[in-house]
Amino acid sequence: MKSRNGLPFLIAALAAVWLLVTSSVRLDELAVGALAVLVVALAVRKLSGVFAGIRFTPRSAAFAVVYVLIFLRELVKANLDVALRVLNPALPIRPGIVEVRTGMKSPLGKLLLANSITLTPGTLTLDVQEDRMYIHWIDVKGQDIEGATKAIVTAFEGTLKEVVE
Amino acid sequence: MTIVGNFFILLGSAFLVLGGLGLLRMPDVYNRLQAGTKASTLGAMSVLLGSAFLAPGIATKAVLVIAFIALANPISSSTIGRSAYKAGVPLAPVSVRDDLKDKESNA
Repeated sequence: MKSRNGLPFLIAALAAVWLLVTSSVRLDELAVGALAVLVVALAVRKLSGVFAGIRFTPRSAAFAVVYVLIFLRELVKANLDVALRVLNPALPIRPGIVEVRTGMKSPLGKLLLANSITLTPGTLTLDVQEDRMYIHWIDVKGQDIEGATKAIVTAFEGTLKEVVE
Repeated sequence: MTIVGNFFILLGSAFLVLGGLGLLRMPDVYNRLQAGTKASTLGAMSVLLGSAFLAPGIATKAVLVIAFIALANPISSSTIGRSAYKAGVPLAPVSVRDDLKDKESNA
């Protein structure tokens, strides 16, 4: 199932945030929360279309969990990578900006992919144009788009595609 | 709980220190962003996680803040990097490639 309208998800997410922050089910707090959710949802409803691509199936939920785990593993690796480079007196970097191709079509998919790339070892998303992403890579390997795409994008894209769009 | 909490806080602080060192040692704004983003994201997450272990009452809020950091930190870094590039901040001389060059006009 894929929702065409992002508004239900937006409202559900806002409500979840409110409940987590207040950690209370008192009637007055719930009433204020409902009001706050409504006001915020109305204020940003024109942007809620970004959430339209999210899939809500048990399968996509499982992939979302897998995605978060991959993300955390890559984040830890990224930090160790930075630590090793910074502590090495020779400062072993070979930076450059490379172009990669992405198969993600929805804005949310691109955003999540760009974010993931930023937090993985040695890469920082600088720009997204259509189906191209421009990545600052701290240790450039290879020369062509295909090689860079494979090294940077592929690890996330397959999993992410199961969750959005 | 106390030991686990303190361990995570110490670990987070260590990553933050290394990130700071990265800011000092890296040659240009883009490489500094790389070091700074990764370290501040995991560092802050780890400190928050440690705090949640030390004070279980704030655990849900800590998890919420961790999620916000995971979402917002990379966006801000990308935006800073992109603005720097558009403002014409040059890559460090050690850089080997720039595929974004000449692509800016059609943005």
